[in-house]
Amino acid sequence: MVNVEIQGKVYPPTAPYLVGREKVREFARAVLSEAPLHHDPEAARAAGYPDVVAPPTFAIVVQDSTLQQLLADEEAAVDFSRVVHGDQRFTYTRPIVAGDELTGVMTVTSVKQLGGNSMVTSSTEISDASGAHVVTAISTLVVRAEEAAA
Amino acid sequence: MIAPVFEQLSVGDVVLTRELHFSRDTLVRYAGASGDFNTIHYRDDVAQSVGLPGVIAHGMLTMGAAASPVAEWISSAGVVSDYQVRFTRMVPVDGADGADVTVTATVGAIDTDARTARIDLKVVFAEQTVLGKSQLVVTFA
Repeated sequence: MVNVEIQGKVYPPTAPYLVGREKVREFARAVLSEAPLHHDPEAARAAGYPDVVAPPTFAIVVQDSTLQQLLADEEAAVDFSRVVHGDQRFTYTRPIVAGDELTGVMTVTSVKQLGGNSMVTSSTEISDASGAHVVTAISTLVVRAEEAAA
Repeated sequence: MIAPVFEQLSVGDVVLTRELHFSRDTLVRYAGASGDFNTIHYRDDVAQSVGLPGVIAHGMLTMGAAASPVAEWISSAGVVSDYQVRFTRMVPVDGADGADVTVTATVGAIDTDARTARIDLKVVFAEQTVLGKSQLVVTFA
């Protein structure tokens, strides 16, 4: 069971993540997207962006480093082998583009216990190098109950 | 594909249907691109040891790939400003046959003042919906 005392806990900012053009292209290929904005810097510039635009779920790469903080937190007591992804949301102020240097700060917004399962909802605010908000990534992780001893 | 014009969208319009094919290669590629190397996405023995039928797709691969046809459709006419899903069913990916997933995107709501359209995604594998409340908000220029 996840420790309900971590509700409200705020974790330290993650090390800055520099978004690379080839990483954006690699991620776009991995999610089967051929949209020119993800691949072609000229197409991106023509649309008013400084460089290629990341697909909408790319923020998971930055959010993941905050979720790793949660999984490594002994106080939280999250058993990774029992974690299932329950839901996910990204709310953008602007799209992520190559060249962005992004930092995430995660808050545990809710911990619920239900029938031996735990549901942990966290909200990660991702900002650029100027400190301006780019995207908020919200996840609910379901930590399944341990089976009764055989 | 013809880029959308905000003024021409109506609630209920089916804007696209797309078949996506996931193979084990797709999962390995997504693992590398995303950094999610959970072994249940490439080893049947590990997946089965935790009670799964075998290797399953990353939920985030399904979420990400389901949005790609929409990103291709909107092109530079707008941006995705919000995207949410619930992971309701797993997508097992057979070593030989892979998995075929169908995405249908429908206009769910329009806000003329904000120039936004909510696009609802129906994502189906083996005749069952695998993502719940799968909604994208596109903000038009």
